[in-house]
Amino acid sequence: MESKDISYFTMVDDLQAVLDEEQKEMELSACAQKPLNTESFNYSRYHTLSEIYSFQDMLAAENPNLVTNLVIGQSYKGRPLNVLKFSTGGTNRRAIWIDTGIHAREWITPASGIWFAKKIVTDYGRDPILTDILNSMDIFLEIVINPDGYEYTHSTNRLWRKNRKLNPRTNCVGVDLNRNWDSGFGTRGASSNPCSETYHGPRAHSESEVKSIMDFVKTHGNIKAFISIHSYSQLLMYPYGYTRNPAKDQAELDRLARKAVTDLGSLYGTHYRYGSIISTIYQSSGGSIDWAYDQGIKYSYTFELRDTGRHGFLLPSSQIVPTSEETWLALRTIMDHTLKDPY
Amino acid sequence: MGFRGFIVLVVLMGMRGGSTAAISLKDVSVHPIFVAASQKEDLTVEEGDGDVMATGELNPNHFPARRAAKVVQHYLNTRYGSPYRLFGLEEVLSATAEDVDDTGRRYHLQISAHEIISNRKQKCSAEVFFPRGEPTQPAEVKASCEELLQNTTAQEEALYQRYKGNHSLLSAQYIPDSQGNIEPDMMPFWHLSIAASSFIMLNESTENTLYNMAQVAQITQLETESDELKFDSLMLLHDMVSQEILHWKLLFTWSPAGGVKVQQMKQIPKPHH
Repeated sequence: MESKDISYFTMVDDLQAVLDEEQKEMELSACAQKPLNTESFNYSRYHTLSEIYSFQDMLAAENPNLVTNLVIGQSYKGRPLNVLKFSTGGTNRRAIWIDTGIHAREWITPASGIWFAKKIVTDYGRDPILTDILNSMDIFLEIVINPDGYEYTHSTNRLWRKNRKLNPRTNCVGVDLNRNWDSGFGTRGASSNPCSETYHGPRAHSESEVKSIMDFVKTHGNIKAFISIHSYSQLLMYPYGYTRNPAKDQAELDRLARKAVTDLGSLYGTHYRYGSIISTIYQSSGGSIDWAYDQGIKYSYTFELRDTGRHGFLLPSSQIVPTSEETWLALRTIMDHTLKDPY
Repeated sequence: MGFRGFIVLVVLMGMRGGSTAAISLKDVSVHPIFVAASQKEDLTVEEGDGDVMATGELNPNHFPARRAAKVVQHYLNTRYGSPYRLFGLEEVLSATAEDVDDTGRRYHLQISAHEIISNRKQKCSAEVFFPRGEPTQPAEVKASCEELLQNTTAQEEALYQRYKGNHSLLSAQYIPDSQGNIEPDMMPFWHLSIAASSFIMLNESTENTLYNMAQVAQITQLETESDELKFDSLMLLHDMVSQEILHWKLLFTWSPAGGVKVQQMKQIPKPHH
């Protein structure tokens, strides 16, 4: 093709390698004990991508009146992007969006996402706060925004962050999915270098993992809270990351954040700091919650879960359940406020 | 025997040669004497020229104070870290910062440090000076903490004797493993690795970094005639600000009497994939 001056771009470097990877993963899963249902699922262990897909299917099958497993798009490598919808009825109700697993190495986040999913179906009808929420609102939960990256952290590099998009004219792979949103895209707080961990990509929402959420949220049109979960640092933050201008709802967001972290800390004494992204952690542009907020979704928050650096990304699996339990209290506080303070 | 009070006034000078600034030693009992011009943070961000960082009284929950405090953690671990002693940064209680002419910026901090293994928290006062100019000089730290150091001599001696024999040299990789787990036998070496990595993190820290050790990729005990245990290692460090994983080869020694000493440290390029 080069000799004919036809420019080209390799989509998949080595298809055989991709197939081999998949085969290896399938064989590994086949060998492991497969849980038959979400009761026997091991919540205290980090799971492979295929185990998470199975979990989602099982949860929906076990709770047909509450849970639907939606597909909102495909990853770069063609993997399904699943969103669990929790709904007790109605049509296009006011809704809450929660996501985990946008950065591949932050394993505690999809692990917590799985736990939240189970918690929701368990507590509906038992916990009055959650029951009230679900009687009027829907919850959307995307457990693995970045399945290609997540798979890569299992097969090859535990500390991978980005997606697995092949960038043109370089060996450096991947786009940082939390710099790819249309919120101050490409300004200070992201990198234009594809070799960087915070590479923002060629254009806002160039990445299918991001675009699919953007399209979903815009089409839905009635999302009232948008919560994006990361690790690590033990922080609860609100917009903005891309600018020092305070969000117009900053006072309310700050008060709610304080309440949420107080509730979180009430369980195991875990200490969270809170504030805007740009003052609490660093300037970052093209982030999801800035985008959501600028779309008019007032209750836009991002969590950084345990810990504060001792284990960092490699949080022991024994901490999955305690982390999920305490984080749930904060999530529930935010959802409850969203229910009771409609806008 | 046993440790005396942990009230120490120390100055760590840059490892790459003498500092270019004259730093006067301060009496540790003097609290920060710099009065903030206003109670509000000055958070001007200049276009194109990098951040102008906050001066005066700092919000202890915001990142400038937090980054400076992290440097104190690294400093404490270079001095006192061992297989059975390691410090974490708990909280910043208060912080101020001031420019020192054009030579750099100095932070005064009150922090709560957490000795992880004995699970004891204590307050420390510290100063961190970030020098300006090229080539970048390492930060300079002074710190004093309230409490006595826990006596870890017996455990350290036992570990030392066990591995001094040189019959079976330690060799391990990926600590913690992907699930975040560490075998009990490897725990002291994980702590030791964090202490040794703290020399790198202290040396590399600036106002625009926040380092933690991500993982010990490889640690191998080497034979040696000298008293200390000697290790060759590959450490993976995480910088929160850039989100990069930095790969460092680190050659270091340890003994109960001598503590951790770094012989060689060298950053190696990360693989792109």
